[in-house]
Amino acid sequence: MTIEELSEKQAEELARQQSLENRILCCSAAGCISCGADSLRRALDAEVQAQGKADKVEICGTGCMGMCGRGPLVLSSADHRLYGNVTVADASALVSNNAHDRESLAARSIDLKAPYFSRQLKIVLANSGRVDPEKLTDYIAVGGYQSLAKVLEGMTPRQVVDEVKKSGLRGRGGAGYPTGLKWELVARQEPTTKYVVCNADEGDPGAFMDRSVLEGDPHRVLEGMAIAAYAVGAQQGYVYVRGEYGLAIQRLQTAIKQAEREHMLGSRILEQGFQFRIDLRIGAGAFVCGEETALIASIEGKRGQPRQRPPYPPASGLWGAPTLINNVETFANIPTIIERGGEWFSSIGTATSKGTKVFALAGKIANPGLIEVPMGTTLRAILFDIGGGVPGQKLKAAQTGGPSGGCIPQDLLDTPVDYESLAAIGSIMGSGGLIVMDETSCMVDVARFFMEFCMDESCGKCIPCRAGTLQMHDILERITQGRAADEDLAILKELASLLRETSLCGLGQTAPNPVISTLKYFPEEYEAHIHERRCPAGHCQLAPVEHEVTA
Amino acid sequence: MCASQSVAARDNREKLLERSMSRYQYSGDALIEVLHTAQELYGFLSRPLLKTIAHKLRLPPSRVLGVATFYHFFSLKPKGEHTFVVCLGTACYVAGGLSLIGKLERRCAKAGQTTPDGKVSVETARCIGSCGLAPAVIYDGNVMARVTSDSLEAELNKIGVQ
Repeated sequence: MTIEELSEKQAEELARQQSLENRILCCSAAGCISCGADSLRRALDAEVQAQGKADKVEICGTGCMGMCGRGPLVLSSADHRLYGNVTVADASALVSNNAHDRESLAARSIDLKAPYFSRQLKIVLANSGRVDPEKLTDYIAVGGYQSLAKVLEGMTPRQVVDEVKKSGLRGRGGAGYPTGLKWELVARQEPTTKYVVCNADEGDPGAFMDRSVLEGDPHRVLEGMAIAAYAVGAQQGYVYVRGEYGLAIQRLQTAIKQAEREHMLGSRILEQGFQFRIDLRIGAGAFVCGEETALIASIEGKRGQPRQRPPYPPASGLWGAPTLINNVETFANIPTIIERGGEWFSSIGTATSKGTKVFALAGKIANPGLIEVPMGTTLRAILFDIGGGVPGQKLKAAQTGGPSGGCIPQDLLDTPVDYESLAAIGSIMGSGGLIVMDETSCMVDVARFFMEFCMDESCGKCIPCRAGTLQMHDILERITQGRAADEDLAILKELASLLRETSLCGLGQTAPNPVISTLKYFPEEYEAHIHERRCPAGHCQLAPVEHEVTA
Repeated sequence: MCASQSVAARDNREKLLERSMSRYQYSGDALIEVLHTAQELYGFLSRPLLKTIAHKLRLPPSRVLGVATFYHFFSLKPKGEHTFVVCLGTACYVAGGLSLIGKLERRCAKAGQTTPDGKVSVETARCIGSCGLAPAVIYDGNVMARVTSDSLEAELNKIGVQ
């Protein structure tokens, strides 16, 4: 396909969609499928046949629409309404265009003016829930691959790097390294074999942003990678995706095949003499592979163990070649940055954190699901305006950054979400998992839970992490069992700083974060466990006092 | 190897594995992809199978065993007829995933093990990314959402677990 043909195809598909009486988009993400989206879809298909509307009404499956708690969700183009908790019985009303028939749907309609929607700004998720992830033409219709065309047709690699630098985009994997700077480092290397790698090894428990993006809008990520490859001079790319994400893998495979067939990827991209291939690499269940040097080792077929940096991957990465590694969400921002300009992007957010951030809301919250907000939005706005608050209980803490992050108490909820502010209160932005805990969650047990995770996932290469996580877990476990003494707390703190200072990679360095933040904000819970043999949340089963032998 | 498999099906599996290795030109770099294929075909990675792969990819058997045991995804033991994977990610954990594992351990087998009759394997997962559906269990590849002790019980009764 040439660039002209791409634009023609877009116009043609848009015209076709507009000529339809209705396009019914059914959320086909994991959340909705688990509450009956599949049978609903079949019922809609049957209803279209029954009402003789095969040429007028189209039923499409889409990626996540965000409100996972209200599934199955359906978006109807005829009345621009979103319907929740839709059942098979609603199928006939949805397909009909008769106002009387549709009356029964009113109760299912979700108010699109609610703060849940108005507080959000969608860039990365703009197409998720709007396009069929298995149809390239759907992506083209919403302007897909136009940014790649723009870059290939009228921008030098240098200009692309500059545009990304101007946008102020920072790595969305958690650490927040400036993306443009990373691209520049790779672009500056001698012209040799270079690689672009997309890190889709989303391992933080409680995080499902990358999975949803890959399932809902895979072409956006591929387009972002192709633009990156052009900017840094790479011809081969890899998406390293978690083995647990079966559907994301399948959608990516389909998307890569389609893109190659239409010359959006491969040897003659858009007939412009630029070539770039993308292959998938499937992870095999090792959390540490999210660390970039471990990820590289894993792509090379080895045990996923990190190595000392420097050299950093931009200088020496895959098979020793310069390698650009970015996260799924980072790549997903690129097409929009190119389309609307770096300046536009940098107008969103705070002074140091630009653009938006996708969060996966989970835990004790009324509206669990996937959201995207401008940087600088407060946690309170996210949890209450968008998340709908905590049903039935009082919020105790919000946890960001997974096992590398911290627990934020409710009196700090007015903290704006940006890299620096979250770090200042002892948590991190992380990849975007946001777990809400209420009064029934024991903070010591949460710290123990994360430490157990780090202990299991430690690759065993460096001693501080391998032995330190074990020691810390042991102490935390004793506290939750009511078998700990005061001096254990001192040892716990000492170990925490030791791990932080001396571990080889981010896993060990950040493993103490949940402990440090809970010690800081919830010291009374630790004390109650140790001194009173009591769990304030009523979660832990503590040994009765007479068993006390360690004190 | 499963005794019920016909000889023809077995041959076919060997051929499919061979094809996967040749697609990567028998390169040692493709070890993880090859192990994925092997596990898909055989259900688990037996020692003889690992040896064959090491030989074909010209890798030391120690490296192949090292990689196979490093990653949680690879299983060196055969799996049961049915598999329950209980998610213990943060969201599922705070929503009571532990009590589900407790139930399975009482009625079937300890996490990471299979019942003696080979009927049910019980496993845990770090996070399956279905946090909006917590607590979640993957039952034979399908995600069960907002699982309760009772709904799990019902599934176990359906497949006749004593």
